[in-house]
Amino acid sequence: VNAGLDCPLPFGDYTNVVLGHGSGGRLSHALVEGLLLPALGLDPNATLEDQAILDPLAGRPAITTDSFVVSPLFFPGGDIGSLAVYGSVNDLAVGGAVPRFLSLALIVEEGLAIDTLRRVAASIRAACSRSGVRLVTGDTKVVERGKADGLYVTTTAIGVVPPGRRLSAANARPGDRVIVSGPIGDHGIAVLSKREGLALETELVSDSAPVHGLVLSALEVEPEIRCLRDPTRGGLSSALNEIARASRVGIRLDERAVPVRPAVRGACELFGFDPLYVACEGRVVAIVPARSAERVLETMQRRELGQEAAIIGEVVAEHPGVVTERSVVGGERVVSLLSGEQLPRIC
Amino acid sequence: LKYLDEYRDAALAEKLVAAIRREAKRPWTLMEVCGGQTHSIVRFGVDTLLPSSIELVHGPGCPVCVTPLELVDRAQAIARTSGVVFCSFGDMLRVPGSNGDLARAKAEGADVRVVYSPLDALALARANPEREIVFFAVGFETTAPANALAVKLARERGVENFSVLVSHVLVPPAVRSIFAAPDNRVEALLGPGHVCTVMGTSAYELLASEIRVPIVITGFEPIDLLEGVLRAVRQLERGDCRVEVQYARAVTRAGSAASIAVVDEVFEVCARTWRGIGVIPNSGYRLRDAYAAHDAERRFDVSHLQTRESSSCISGQILRGVRKPTECREFGARCTPERPLGATMVSSEGACAAYFNYGRERRAARTLELVS
Repeated sequence: VNAGLDCPLPFGDYTNVVLGHGSGGRLSHALVEGLLLPALGLDPNATLEDQAILDPLAGRPAITTDSFVVSPLFFPGGDIGSLAVYGSVNDLAVGGAVPRFLSLALIVEEGLAIDTLRRVAASIRAACSRSGVRLVTGDTKVVERGKADGLYVTTTAIGVVPPGRRLSAANARPGDRVIVSGPIGDHGIAVLSKREGLALETELVSDSAPVHGLVLSALEVEPEIRCLRDPTRGGLSSALNEIARASRVGIRLDERAVPVRPAVRGACELFGFDPLYVACEGRVVAIVPARSAERVLETMQRRELGQEAAIIGEVVAEHPGVVTERSVVGGERVVSLLSGEQLPRIC
Repeated sequence: LKYLDEYRDAALAEKLVAAIRREAKRPWTLMEVCGGQTHSIVRFGVDTLLPSSIELVHGPGCPVCVTPLELVDRAQAIARTSGVVFCSFGDMLRVPGSNGDLARAKAEGADVRVVYSPLDALALARANPEREIVFFAVGFETTAPANALAVKLARERGVENFSVLVSHVLVPPAVRSIFAAPDNRVEALLGPGHVCTVMGTSAYELLASEIRVPIVITGFEPIDLLEGVLRAVRQLERGDCRVEVQYARAVTRAGSAASIAVVDEVFEVCARTWRGIGVIPNSGYRLRDAYAAHDAERRFDVSHLQTRESSSCISGQILRGVRKPTECREFGARCTPERPLGATMVSSEGACAAYFNYGRERRAARTLELVS
């Protein structure tokens, strides 16, 4: 009757997760059936099998997996739950796949507040519904205090690629344009500022969001889009370097065209970071034939997630494998891959 | 942040570049002293805008780069001592010592933490009275006031478990030693804007009259740097050797009285070893005797350590502006930011790391070869 968010305590007096919640015994069942399933919007009375059996897919199946270890668990604009759903959904989307099913694994540290777990589960539920994926299987483990950082989440997503669609990092050709779907670095800086207690002039919110709708609408106006990437860890720089190497082309960016919010720029100046290396969790970078670049751009800009999309550069035949940028004052530099770690754990 | 945009204006940059082209009649070699300036030059491609007759060479002003191997090794030994929390600015974690870096010590169980200010380390000491908190006090005149303040507060408040491993160095003696070397080829200096914001400019007036070259105290944005170059070129063409302040929005002749006072109270001038350069007399700070209780080198016995420097690293010549990173055989080959042979490849302010990360000459050429 009251399955869902408004069902606070059908499962004992625990306010924090204990090792017994991972024992496989009565407490485990209480955690799964009393808390997780209702919070995830699933029927706690359904028979739980060891596997999910899926209906056949109308196209080539696509599968991706990703683990999420972000600290803090909650940050402006999102949390580890929604991030874990969108992360895998987006990895499917940039392959041109329509996301369908999700698997979820939780590694919970002993002592985590039950309420935290409930909030994350509710967020996962909302994110699945926004992304149009169905959660079909999952697992929960509890580890001793000190052996994990509160909560780790792993998701695996399955989607379907319509016939004829072939996106690949190796497809970029000289003359193509580079489009980014919105300002870069919001996620990385939002997480960092929350973690460091940094007061920015304007509150910065993570861009964490599912991009499959944006991607599919772009593919509708230009099925010949060469390649799509979501610039997460390593930022725009890593995504473009991978494309330049795989396609054996050069990429030339114009720093003045790359959208970066003032708060992100400010924080980057403060910490000595370069926005090109800061993670996004709801952006796409697209390599698009020159003839349709404006049309793809306009299509993206009509959608909420793509309002601030911009053409930021082009693919060139010179310097294959190398990304360069013309700076705001007109100088040239190479945008190389990040060495080591620029930011603390963010995804 | 909007105030920064006017110092990154493309039209203004173009005007300055045109003026430099017009006024530079002969080839000149200029050195920017600060690592922050080096980073900005390479990041914005400022040097790619200049006529080929103007060469910028990169100076010794990267604190991480010049911290001597002995102190990097001592830092590791202290960090590995049980009960110690070793606090450092992030850059120092990856500086190679004789046996790996602080990041490796951390991975092997040492409690090494990155802080953004010595005051954070002091707060950690007050919150954890049962632990020994050691802060790696590195840097030029710019970081000295905050480090001095942390030590002063520790004594005033009786925070006995707080100590500092001091590796403080000073700009003017390093510049003097560069100009004293027979292979020096620097003809003008872009002086350190931030250092002069703290210390004022009078020491540089003395310096200019001694080494007889123009010194333009310069900021860190592209427009600052281009204007600094233009002013230096004007002086060179006229045969002047004066101190000029381009970075006038921050620098005064007297500097910051409060900062100078706290530094003077806590530190005294001493000889320091510069990595890659050697011992320079009166080129750094150590704690005054009154603050000896907070000196990590007196608290932990680390004087017996033997150091071992990579023999093929030429960071000394790079820090003196004698050679450029791309003239090193190891650059981009055996020496990369992931596996640095020397400190100039570590910090983002180090000339080698800046060249590598922004893909200068040889690396771009190598990549082209590999791909084609």
